[in-house]
Amino acid sequence: MSIDSMFVHKMWNDHELSKMVDGGVPFAMLSDAGGKVGTVYGVYDEDAGVETRGRFIIDPDGVVQGYEVLTPPVGRNVNETLRQVQAFQLVRETKGAEATPSGWKPGKMTLKPGINLVGNVWKEWKTDMAFD
Amino acid sequence: MAEEIKGGCARPTGGPVGEEAPPEANREKQTMQEGKKMIQVGKKAPDFTAPGFHKDIFVNVKLSDYLGKWVLLCFYPGDFTFV
Repeated sequence: MSIDSMFVHKMWNDHELSKMVDGGVPFAMLSDAGGKVGTVYGVYDEDAGVETRGRFIIDPDGVVQGYEVLTPPVGRNVNETLRQVQAFQLVRETKGAEATPSGWKPGKMTLKPGINLVGNVWKEWKTDMAFD
Repeated sequence: MAEEIKGGCARPTGGPVGEEAPPEANREKQTMQEGKKMIQVGKKAPDFTAPGFHKDIFVNVKLSDYLGKWVLLCFYPGDFTFV
C-alpha cells in the first residue's frame, strides 16, 4: 500500500516489477490517497507526504501480532517476516502451549511455558541458539 | 474476495471503515491524546477499504474480508522507489 493511485501501480507492475517477478506482483497493490489508512496505522509521514516502510502481521482473527517500520532507504528482510509468521502460526496451532525462543526457526526446539519452566530456561535453551 | 472496479477517470479512494466518531464527552480526552498514534500488538487491526491493482484488474479490497487468513500488510514510500 502506498499513496500512489492504482493506475500508477499498474504502470509500475507492467513496466518494471513484472520484469523482476514472473507474472507480475502476485498480491494486491493498494492505493491510499492522502495517507488516510497509513495515518490510522501510524506510518504516514505528513511532512514528506508518503508512507514509511511499515509491515504488519495480522492473524485470522484480525489481530495485529507484530509490526516493523523502517525509514525509506532500507529495504525489508522478507525471510524474517516469514519466520515471524511461521512462529505466530505455531503458537496459534498449539493454543499457546508452545512458545518460540529467540532465534527460533521451523524445526528448532520450542519452549513449553509453565510452572516447571520457571527459572529453568537455562537448562533447555542456550544463548548460542539465538544465533545459529 | 476483492471486488472488481472499473478503471474510469475518477480516481477512487478508500479509507478506514467501521470506526464511529467518538462521543462528545470523550472528545477532549481524545484531543489531549492526539499526536502520533501507533497501533498496538495484540489489538485489532483497524479495518479499511482501498482501491488497488491485482493481476491485471482494478479491485476494491476490504481488510475484514480476509478474516480467517493471515494477512501481511505492507506500506512503502512510493511506486518506482528503489529498495
